[in-house]
Amino acid sequence: MEFLVSPSSSSGIVPSSRWLLFYVAAVFSFLYLPIAVLIVYSFNGEGVGGFPPRHLTLDWYRLLFTDGAIWDSFLNSLQVAFAAMAISLIFGIPAALALDRAKFPGKALFRRLVLLPLILPGIITGLSLLMLFNMTGVRLSLMTIVLGHGTALISVATTEVFAGLQKLDRAQEEASLDLGANYWQTFWRITVPNLKLPIIGAALLIFTLSMDEIAVSFFLIGRDNTLPLEIWGRLRRGITPEINAVSTIIFVFSLATIVLWYRLNARAEGMAEIAAEMMNDDKSV
Amino acid sequence: MASPPTPAVAPTARTPPDTKPILLSIKNVAKTFGGNAVLRNVSLDIAEGEFLTVLGESGSGKTTLLRIIAGFETASSGEVWMGTLRLDLQPPYRRRVNTVFQSYALFPHLTVEQNVAYGLRVAKRPAAEIAQRVAEALDKVKMTAYAKAKPSKISGGQQQRVALARALVNRPRLLLLDEPLSALDANLRRQMQVELKSLQREVGIAFVFVTHDQEEAMVMSDRIALLRFGDLEQIATPREIYSRPATAYVAQFIGHTNLLKGEVRGGIARCASLSWPTQAPGGPALFSLRPEHVRLAGNAPEKSPEKNQGVRTRGRVVHQAFHGATELVRVACVDGLVLLARTAAGLVVKNEVELEFSPLDVVPVRESRERK
Repeated sequence: MEFLVSPSSSSGIVPSSRWLLFYVAAVFSFLYLPIAVLIVYSFNGEGVGGFPPRHLTLDWYRLLFTDGAIWDSFLNSLQVAFAAMAISLIFGIPAALALDRAKFPGKALFRRLVLLPLILPGIITGLSLLMLFNMTGVRLSLMTIVLGHGTALISVATTEVFAGLQKLDRAQEEASLDLGANYWQTFWRITVPNLKLPIIGAALLIFTLSMDEIAVSFFLIGRDNTLPLEIWGRLRRGITPEINAVSTIIFVFSLATIVLWYRLNARAEGMAEIAAEMMNDDKSV
Repeated sequence: MASPPTPAVAPTARTPPDTKPILLSIKNVAKTFGGNAVLRNVSLDIAEGEFLTVLGESGSGKTTLLRIIAGFETASSGEVWMGTLRLDLQPPYRRRVNTVFQSYALFPHLTVEQNVAYGLRVAKRPAAEIAQRVAEALDKVKMTAYAKAKPSKISGGQQQRVALARALVNRPRLLLLDEPLSALDANLRRQMQVELKSLQREVGIAFVFVTHDQEEAMVMSDRIALLRFGDLEQIATPREIYSRPATAYVAQFIGHTNLLKGEVRGGIARCASLSWPTQAPGGPALFSLRPEHVRLAGNAPEKSPEKNQGVRTRGRVVHQAFHGATELVRVACVDGLVLLARTAAGLVVKNEVELEFSPLDVVPVRESRERK
């Protein structure tokens, strides 16, 4: 090891890297300390008050599971997330295919417009949908929230699947046609299997985004609450340890989903890299 | 803009020389991409069981021609016929033509076996027949041991064999191969040339093989179609294309040659101080003379003056390149002409040499069309 690191270069790095370390620690604590506090206090026997936390307990979680309103709102959110996922994928995948393959006038505009809901503030989406539902006389319910989430998240499905299509080797589809499969068979047997990872990735992302969406839901809410709105509603009566508990659970679930999504992406990238390596090997060997 | 196409070759040469029935007819096929002519009125016939190589540099339109036959491109004009069927109006999946792609294009989510079975599955053949034909095809390309492997787990040469099996298992009437050997190293490549040729004889299916490698074309083909800037320069057997090149480009692209620019008057061709009798019509003319037909006369003992019909000149050796079995000698002649001569390897060449060639070996060629 001593051969590898020359003394002059290591001493040159140390002071600045110590500052950098401090800086990184500060940023991370700013980002994650509140979450850590929230998680720790969800196990605190004394409730939200008191420092340091004492009497570790699972009571708040037990209380949570017997709380009917929280359960109902959780199930509502689950329904909304799955329905929104279905809507976004059903509309988003064909949009991605059109962007990748079809030639039509106004394609560049269409491409930007599809991405717009991703950038648009939730307030705008929520408000405009609310006005639409008011004018058409649709009663606000979970269904209106589903429509809100679905439309806002189509762009997520489109961008993810479009990225997958761009990486797809078109020669494979030609090979399929060449071997006697018609366009429809080629789509199901070759294109879709190649898009499996981007589609699953998009579904996961849409699910997570819908589960904790507040802005659009806030405008379109009917009688039934979603989980984030239920929590928000309770906060007006003060923070309870139960809220900490449910937030901890949401945090863990979101984290798990994002890790899963990330690993799927890494796997898709990895496969692309392996394919590229295969090509390079052939060229060089 | 488009001048009437001058036929690149005498019409008789376009059809296969032997009596085998014609499998595929390409009639006046042209293709333009955004105003650029990629193919210009190409016509040729492919016989049953023939090994035809489409040879050309990049940009010659050879891959485009292949893709038109396969159905991945539509011709801007012209027709492709297979027997009584207008092939170019059929979608790719209704053509009894299969392709081996340059990148092989194996399906990464399917095993080797499933890749080969793909065409039969889509055609809804009975399971027992599929299993049997896939096994046969894998055996033919010696890939049985890898049947359950995914394409990413096998080497480039093996992927190539699988691509071949996947195409041949459907018993196409014509197999298209798009530079399938270009990704392989020189040794494997020569080995595959031999294997591919013997496989083609064995299955008896006509092959259209696209390559930019003239040596590969010479070794493998029954006939070679040489494309340049979308024009068919010549289509002929390898021997014919070498010994009777139709144009200056063909003569230079295939092997080495001396291009002699001269003038023909009254049945006599003149180039610098040389002259020889010729059948070529009068006027400015271009001739090709292969280096192996130029003898270094001054080097060998003068035999007898009875070889008087030979054309003679003398010059100074400026360069000598060793080519293994032979050597190429560059000679600057007294009148400024530079000639290449091929000699046996190891021959000690003098500085001053006398050159001799027979008028019979001087082949008149047409000037090649400039790119436009």
